[in-house]
Amino acid sequence: MPTITYISPDGDAEAVNVAVGTTIKDAAVENGIEGIVAECGGNAMCATCHVYVDPAWTDRLPRIQDVEDELLDETASPRQANSRLGCQVAVTDDLDGLVVRLPQEQE
Amino acid sequence: MTAAGVIIVGAGHAGVQVAASLRQRGYEQSITLIGAEHGLPYQRPPLSKDLLTARASAEIAALRPGAFYSKHSIELRIGRRVLCIDRKARQVQLDDGERLMYMHLVLATGARPRPLPIPGGDLENVVALRTIDDALALRRRLVRGARVVIIGAGFIGLEVAAAARSLDADVTVLELAPRCMARALSEPTADHLVSCHRAAGCTIRTAVTAKHIVDDGRGRAAGVTLSDSTSLEADLVVAGVGVVPRTELAKQARLHVDDGVVVDARLATSDPAIWAIGDCCRFPLPDGRLVRLESVQNATDQARSVADAITGDAAPYVSVPWFWSDQHEQKLQIAGLLDGHDEVVLRGAPGEDGFSAFLYDGPKLVAVESINRPRDHLVARKLLAAGESPRRQDVADTEFDLKTNLLATTSR
Repeated sequence: MPTITYISPDGDAEAVNVAVGTTIKDAAVENGIEGIVAECGGNAMCATCHVYVDPAWTDRLPRIQDVEDELLDETASPRQANSRLGCQVAVTDDLDGLVVRLPQEQE
Repeated sequence: MTAAGVIIVGAGHAGVQVAASLRQRGYEQSITLIGAEHGLPYQRPPLSKDLLTARASAEIAALRPGAFYSKHSIELRIGRRVLCIDRKARQVQLDDGERLMYMHLVLATGARPRPLPIPGGDLENVVALRTIDDALALRRRLVRGARVVIIGAGFIGLEVAAAARSLDADVTVLELAPRCMARALSEPTADHLVSCHRAAGCTIRTAVTAKHIVDDGRGRAAGVTLSDSTSLEADLVVAGVGVVPRTELAKQARLHVDDGVVVDARLATSDPAIWAIGDCCRFPLPDGRLVRLESVQNATDQARSVADAITGDAAPYVSVPWFWSDQHEQKLQIAGLLDGHDEVVLRGAPGEDGFSAFLYDGPKLVAVESINRPRDHLVARKLLAAGESPRRQDVADTEFDLKTNLLATTSR
């Protein structure tokens, strides 16, 4: 099972095993990781599952589609080149070891 | 005893958000969050969608992880009810006798399903859907071949219908109005969804009411008799006839109540130390109309607004309403409120690969309903927030980029 590591704004890292196909957002919610709010429940409507993907991984994720791109302009913490919406990225075996940083704010 | 801070009555989407937002804004006094339901506060939308089809994991999504509350010094009282408010003493009394003092009290009590006002409405297999327990019980009953009669073609009714059909149940939906979703959707969008339901094998009957649920002699429903004198057999009857706001506590406390706890533009009740938010409150829109909105967006945006007010930033509450519903493969998203619309302009067409309905009240865009067109929905939210009403010919032209309307506002 692939592992994702979430790094909190304080620098605490937590690694979780996730079933292939689970989104970054669902993996966080299921594992009690604080810092991903997912107010719309993963329906690409709210931008509160914002994460900063570690630069070593950004090019290995599926491309950003239009809707995610638009929503990323609405994030509470500044949008950066490595910003993604957690509900739009599903983890695969290729992404084993993925590292994401949680933003200071989601709302 | 902790010094008085904020007490929040109701641990649903609105209540949890107030607590979280208060701490985010640096509020340091005590926060007590009291919820009548058992278990960790959880998300409601999946109860009528993925949870029924068991596509979601069997566990319901919590609103925040369990450790969140203690980490942020939010005292969570699960399975407790507030029995009464003593406004003079600024105290509430819980059902276990405990009294708690407050500086600010937030009513986030939500709503409960409206009971079916017909004979047989309380039989054993006549169910409503509001809580996690309701959803889990309903899921167990939605089996292949089960004859399910759903009373009410609103969002809950139609989402349950879609879930039930996908599980191969035999589904009939009864709607008393001449068309479905008359309260919530424009005609073209509602008609489109209804055709999708029918194409999936669901029977939908309009302009008909359930008069009487027939008892099989052992306290279980066996069928439903309709206003046109026909009857249907049923293994399960689902009531989706709306909700009633929980205003009992507010009434007892002699706050102003009128189909919801009435609040002003800052979401304060008739008592300045008491606020009301979410499904239970009736609040003024910027144009003065009083409304009660039943949505996650309303709950969470109002919660943030009250947290702002309590921590010193009491601007009037203004927010573009948005909403979503998933029925079969149709992802419906709504921005704005449709009341008062007198014209519908379609962008794309029903039956194709998604479309949007732009609703106008005279010259003014008031709402946009999108089916499988999330980009339209996001632009619509921005247009409505900016007060922009695009020209109808531009809306109808799918090649025209509606975002050009927004460029005008960014230079203001």
